[in-house]
Amino acid sequence: MSGKLSHIWVYLSTSPLLWLTLTLIVYQGAHWLSRRCNYHPLLNSVAISVVALVLLLKLTDTPYKTYFDGAQFVHFLLGPATVALAVPLYLYFDRVRKMAVPLLGALVVGSSTAIMSAYWVANLAGASREVALSLTPKSATMPIAMGISEKIGGLPSLTAVFVMLTGIMGAIFAKAVLDRLHCKDESIKGFAIGLTSHGIGTARAFQLSEMAGAFSGLAMGLNGLMTALLVPLMIVWFG
Amino acid sequence: MLGAITILLLFQLAGEVIAQALELPVPGPVIGMALLLLALMVRGSAPESMHTTANGLLSNLSILFIPGGVGVMLFLPLIAQQWLPIFLSLLISTTLTLIVTALVLRVWMRRSAQDQEAGDA
Repeated sequence: MSGKLSHIWVYLSTSPLLWLTLTLIVYQGAHWLSRRCNYHPLLNSVAISVVALVLLLKLTDTPYKTYFDGAQFVHFLLGPATVALAVPLYLYFDRVRKMAVPLLGALVVGSSTAIMSAYWVANLAGASREVALSLTPKSATMPIAMGISEKIGGLPSLTAVFVMLTGIMGAIFAKAVLDRLHCKDESIKGFAIGLTSHGIGTARAFQLSEMAGAFSGLAMGLNGLMTALLVPLMIVWFG
Repeated sequence: MLGAITILLLFQLAGEVIAQALELPVPGPVIGMALLLLALMVRGSAPESMHTTANGLLSNLSILFIPGGVGVMLFLPLIAQQWLPIFLSLLISTTLTLIVTALVLRVWMRRSAQDQEAGDA
């Protein structure tokens, strides 16, 4: 019996099906838990899923590469999802156009703040150059940040981890920080959340309101673009 | 739905080709997004199927970050070794960016609203 079980395990563990399915199941379980607790910010579904999956992989002695062979189909959808941001952008375009100048101003200042503070704090606190460089594009959405990291001599897969952690932190702190600033305008809240913490923040912003979600998606797209433009310029200046 | 997915992939493909051909520092999907926005503006509306598909993808954005995020297991020793600078950098930068962006946007919007009122008067 155990021979048969291990045979099934050996077969399944080499096919993409197992880890793709487990990724979907674990995420939906985490999402269910988070919803049951009224979307308490500390019960972030991405954080719970990643911890659960890493534990599962460690327990079964499965290498990350085997996991990614299955999960890459989910990862791939980041590309089309980025393109799809054009749709909410189009829907709110009139409002966006009216706010265009303030939005662009906040984009440039916010994006520079994200890049410089990440690099300088890491640097001052004693991070290695590779780690500090991998941190700089952390507020951009994952495929963009990974592309930037590769170009500037960071580690793209380490950047992917920092991007995820930034998203989780932004999702956890956003409401508390913005409430403290007495920020009531949903478009401002959404824009700040999306610029800081991309897609994971955008998922959180949609829980606050639909308008916050749309502006978060807008900020995520714009900051992806802005980070891609600013980081290579600032790297020269960082020396 | 199939049509909408095809359109999204086509725009991504166009974006990748343009980024590669012109050696732009901007990733392909972002150019694809800009092109799709332009196309929707020229067309004057977004087809229903495009709404449905985009909503489906965007309302499940979080899960798309998990496969990359699980990569944390490869870096556990590195992160354990430099956890303090990493933690401080993420914490300070994330909080600061939220605050700075929200404040700049609020002040700037208030000012441009005042300018508009002054212009109207």
